[in-house]
Amino acid sequence: MDSEQTIAYLTEKMPGAVVTSETAVDGILSLHTARENVIALLQMLRDDEQLGFHFLTTLCAVHYPEQAGQELSIVYHLHNWQQNIRIRVKIFFPIDDPHVPSATELWSSANWMERQEYDFFGVLFTGHPDLRRILNVDDMEVFPMRKEYRLEDGTRTDKDDRFFGRDGHVGQEFD
Amino acid sequence: MSNIISAEIPDGMGGEGFFATKLSSAVGLARANSLWPLPFATSCCGIEFMATMGSDYDLARFGMERLSFSPRQADLLMVMGTIAKKMGPILKQVYTQMAEPKWVIAVGACASSGGIFDTYSVLQGIDKVIPVDVYVPGCPPRPEQIIDGIIKIQELVKNEPLRRRHSPEYQHLMEKYQIG
Amino acid sequence: MQVQSYFSSLDNLDGELATLNLGPTHPATHGIFQNVLKMDGERIVSAEPTIGYIHRAFEKLAEHRPYNQITPITDRLNYCSSPINNMGWHLTVEKLIGCDIPKRAQYMRVIIMELSRIADHLVCNSVIGVDTGALTGFTYMFQERERIYEMFEEVCGSRLTTNIGRIGGMERDFTPNFHKKLKTFLQTFPARFEEFGGLLSRNRIFMDRCIGAGPISAERAMAYGFTGPNLRAAGVDYDVRVMTPYSSYQDFEFDIPIGNHGDTYDRFIVRQEEIRQSLRIIHQAYDNMPQGDYHADVPAFYLPEKPDVYTKMEALIYHFKVVMQETPIPVGEVYSCVEGGNGELGFYLISDGGRTPYRLHFRRPCFIFYQAYPEMIKGSMLSDAILTMSSMNVIAGELDA
Repeated sequence: MDSEQTIAYLTEKMPGAVVTSETAVDGILSLHTARENVIALLQMLRDDEQLGFHFLTTLCAVHYPEQAGQELSIVYHLHNWQQNIRIRVKIFFPIDDPHVPSATELWSSANWMERQEYDFFGVLFTGHPDLRRILNVDDMEVFPMRKEYRLEDGTRTDKDDRFFGRDGHVGQEFD
Repeated sequence: MSNIISAEIPDGMGGEGFFATKLSSAVGLARANSLWPLPFATSCCGIEFMATMGSDYDLARFGMERLSFSPRQADLLMVMGTIAKKMGPILKQVYTQMAEPKWVIAVGACASSGGIFDTYSVLQGIDKVIPVDVYVPGCPPRPEQIIDGIIKIQELVKNEPLRRRHSPEYQHLMEKYQIG
Repeated sequence: MQVQSYFSSLDNLDGELATLNLGPTHPATHGIFQNVLKMDGERIVSAEPTIGYIHRAFEKLAEHRPYNQITPITDRLNYCSSPINNMGWHLTVEKLIGCDIPKRAQYMRVIIMELSRIADHLVCNSVIGVDTGALTGFTYMFQERERIYEMFEEVCGSRLTTNIGRIGGMERDFTPNFHKKLKTFLQTFPARFEEFGGLLSRNRIFMDRCIGAGPISAERAMAYGFTGPNLRAAGVDYDVRVMTPYSSYQDFEFDIPIGNHGDTYDRFIVRQEEIRQSLRIIHQAYDNMPQGDYHADVPAFYLPEKPDVYTKMEALIYHFKVVMQETPIPVGEVYSCVEGGNGELGFYLISDGGRTPYRLHFRRPCFIFYQAYPEMIKGSMLSDAILTMSSMNVIAGELDA
């Protein structure tokens, strides 16, 4: 099924699930859905014979600090090997209430992927069997991939930020 | 008579049937040519180390045939690769478990100073947690560079005074790192 | 079945289980990952892995580096086969900017990628040999890796972390020395490789150690997101080079080897066979290499020739723009994947038009399939668990990123 047929099929089977959609430059259809419907939509994409997106390629989170009320986003990439079609499912939710239902029931591979997004962005996956940090140190208090945190460790003493132009120092003025 | 020199004879005086030299020279000679390294290989430099151990570059020529993965039985801690902050305490623990005399070689830019990873999660150089004797720069360093670092370690080992590890400067160094 | 009845009587064993900490530094782990094992004697009851000991924050780092400076970061993902990561990144950016690569450059890329796939599989298989006690194969095959390193040096100057290729093609044409080295390699490598195979593939001790160690079924493998040789050893013939051909892979004829049980022996044999298929691809690419440019005409991304920079005005301006990262990047999002040494290496790039990516997510196969490790070693003995880990070819750089 191509993009239009997929959207028509989904609108018929699960009305209201697909809020908007677009096709990116790589030819993959992206479906935007609401946080409450995402697990049902993913399950339908996986189990329905016509759709058959049985493989979860990856899931990742994105932080958009400017979009008030929709700062965080999770993007799921699914793949149908029989017909070689990929699809993206996106959800947006506020950063003050970063709860998302977990997809570990549908795919075992979502386990560590969700832990990674919790570690980086602080997304809380409800229903996850073991939600704790995976890559960063366990006692880290911040979620470092969020845009407000800087890349470097501010407490390091051997590199002088002035020489890297990173401390806000604009440079010597010549007149 | 063969022209192969196994090791340079240290300074001393000899005669018929005897050779007298400093005890530290003899001990240093023996130690330098039979170091037992502990390869603490974390990332890409570890693969270059594997190439150095392989037949083309052959670290075994320098007496390092026997790698020791147990810190208690190792002389030389070769830290090869990026050390993250999560790994720092473990590195320190491994260093503490080694028996004196011990030397540390930091192979690669990441072990020396954090390398290209000036990030929140990477330790900017292992000399933040343990004292280092030789730094080998490179990303990753060629096997020849690693061997050059090893030879410099051998020079350090050969010329080490016998009471160095008990000297006040060394104690001060250990206190600075809060070791022992 | 023997294993099931064994577990049903485990409820009474609590208090007699030993906890063994395998790692983070351990000679067999070839990288830094820790496993806390609960053991009943020699059998493993459960395992809890901890990773992140080499977390270098690649995804955050990529948000602060311009597009051509991200290539060295991708090098350090699966550092045993860096060129594949580099090409994957170049293909992602080329998909975003909509750039077509000339055929010659694509064939050159294929040769480099297949050489690095051979190098990666050589490391993995030698290390499986080392973990079963056979060090000789390792010393033989690392000599062959040195030959491959020399070829990479001819193209890009570096052995291991290559930063090979550029956005828009390759940085230089193959030098005459490269052609000589490649021809010698293609002549001498097969015989030496078969020697290595002969030491291990039908070796009674090796087969007894590896057959049945760490099996996984095809359904569980797909649920766990396996791709690459680990999945093919379980019986599913998914290969990104065939499913979504990139860089002219559709021009070449090669087989996809698959196994039956997904155990260590199958993984070993699948990788052995993949090396032979990679040689086949290199032969086809090299014999049919078309004439033409080794890079596309994208002056906005590809540095112009130095003589032109000193004489022509447009070349000077383009050079300045590329180096000072003033090139406008299109807005959009792209997911692009290549067949890495361990499976589908994917790059999900979101660009907001700025100099650096807005978000770059790496789909790292090692991270995804290592989740299955506790399930794969449940009920097996400790030595089998070590073998399973080394046969999965978990590269710490790709695991932690």
